Amino acid sequence: MPPFASPRVSGEGSIVQFDNVGLRYGTDREVLSDICFTLYPGSFYFLTGASGAGKTSLLRLLYLAQRPSRGVIRMFGTDLITEPRHRLPAFRRRIGVVFQDFRLVPHLSAFDNVALPLRVSGVPESEIRKPVADMLEWVGLDQRSEARPASLSGGEQQRVAIARAVIARPEVLVADEPTGNVDPELALKLLRLFEALNRLGTTVVVATHDLHLLRKVPESLIMRLDRGRLSDPTGALRYPPRPIERATEAVDV
Amino acid sequence: MIRRRNPGLLRQARLAGPMPWVIAIMIAITVMAAAAGLALSNLADNARAEIEGGLTVQIVEAAPAERDRQAEVALALLTNREEVAEARRVSDAELAALLEPWLGAQPVAEEDAIPIPAMIDVRLRGPATPRQLADLRTALAADAPAARIDAQAGWLTPVFDAIASLQWLAAGLVVLLAATSAAAVWLAARSALGTNRETIEIVHLLGGTDAQIARIFQRSVGIDAAVGGLAGLALGLAATVLLGRQFAQLGSGMVTGGGLGPSDWALLAAIPLGGVVLATLTARATVLSSLRRIL
Ligand SMILES: Nc1ncnc2c1ncn2[C@@H]1O[C@H](COP(=O)(O)OP(=O)(O)O)[C@@H](O)[C@H]1O
Ligand SMILES: [Mg+2]
Repeated sequence: MPPFASPRVSGEGSIVQFDNVGLRYGTDREVLSDICFTLYPGSFYFLTGASGAGKTSLLRLLYLAQRPSRGVIRMFGTDLITEPRHRLPAFRRRIGVVFQDFRLVPHLSAFDNVALPLRVSGVPESEIRKPVADMLEWVGLDQRSEARPASLSGGEQQRVAIARAVIARPEVLVADEPTGNVDPELALKLLRLFEALNRLGTTVVVATHDLHLLRKVPESLIMRLDRGRLSDPTGALRYPPRPIERATEAVDV
Repeated sequence: MIRRRNPGLLRQARLAGPMPWVIAIMIAITVMAAAAGLALSNLADNARAEIEGGLTVQIVEAAPAERDRQAEVALALLTNREEVAEARRVSDAELAALLEPWLGAQPVAEEDAIPIPAMIDVRLRGPATPRQLADLRTALAADAPAARIDAQAGWLTPVFDAIASLQWLAAGLVVLLAATSAAAVWLAARSALGTNRETIEIVHLLGGTDAQIARIFQRSVGIDAAVGGLAGLALGLAATVLLGRQFAQLGSGMVTGGGLGPSDWALLAAIPLGGVVLATLTARATVLSSLRRIL
């Protein structure tokens, strides 16, 4: 790489890079078109847009549930388009996801749901009990650890989903409308949770159509989707105006 | 760090429903078919060993004196031949006993009795070939023109053919049953996959590998197959033992040759093991092929 190249233009130091990404389901028209953006480690992003704009579709590309129809996606310094299928699980383990519909395993307790990412990663059972118990306490569910998802309220399920998403200390946290069905008070509490994680170095991407949320995290960057196209009028996503210093110090924590 | 196996990602991912029952029935029928095949094979082997070197020489002559003379000549001639291991005149008393069920008791020496041919039981050193038979016929023709030679295996050929057909039938049944079991397991694994699709997708998205997810199902299918297989084995063996006893009570010499040896029983006991392996591999293949359809 030539020394005079702008590191941010080339995407150096980025954690996620989308280049001209398009996505269509089956033979329909594209639901995402010409998506270009770069995410930097330790930043906090909001993904906004009306219902049906393509937020969930974009996040699905981000958490490797789907390959795009065209374009290039680089994450963690690897071209994931050409990466063979059997190497993708290792990348998925570096990404925490809060699904829009939580996606808890119905026949597992809150504890076992939260422990799942650790067990998938092969963490020994002796090193699972305490972190999971701590995490459940952190989201205020230490009394409910043996409860099945069906006996938990919507807000409690959401907190289990969030605990599961962050238990393995992911480098990227993706949350799809995590405040969708909860009261404003809880929404704010969850947002503080994401901020705390962000301060520990995790890159956070939160999809929401709640514009009030955006103002609660002043240092966040905003990606707006409009009918499958990403509007980036100031170019802030492709060419971030300033390096994110907080992130670099936080990574060492 | 030593990697210790987790107790399982999903502890109770069991395959409910008729799986173990289907497998139990399949295994039971397979065990019975295999037992029948093995017993027939033993029976054929024993019978063949006993008679394949055996010849029967009959002196068909109405006049008792001439019959006796030719029988003695033939016996002497046969005893001296190199390929004959043993030749023995079947005594009149033995013949009478053999024929009694058909002819009724009759005085052997009486002139008006139905003439019974004299019989010589010959055991060759090796299996009887058509060539040897022809040689013996020529040798006997001059001095004992009334002699008729038959290979015992010859008139048992249709029996052997029938046994061979039954063996093929049993083998075919075992193969068909294995294929049907595989299909049943495949269907069960698919439906389990359908009802657990959500769970599979979650584990997949959390970074679970195909092998990890397949293992969850392999294990539960394997347990179901083991439970069903053992029940089926017990059922099949019980039926086999019962049938074996009933045949033994017939008291026929041939059936005693059709018993099962220790290696046969071991083979039958291994059938459920094969069932477990088959079920596990089928479940694995099903899960893997279905996973490959999602990224
Ligand atoms: N699996 C799918 N198959 C076909 N069309 C889909 C699928 N998922 C989403 N879509 C379509 O893609 C568009 C974007 O949907 P989505 O990404 O869910 O938007 P958002 O999350 O912003 O509401 C919508 O028009 C939706 O109907
Ligand atoms: Mg959505």
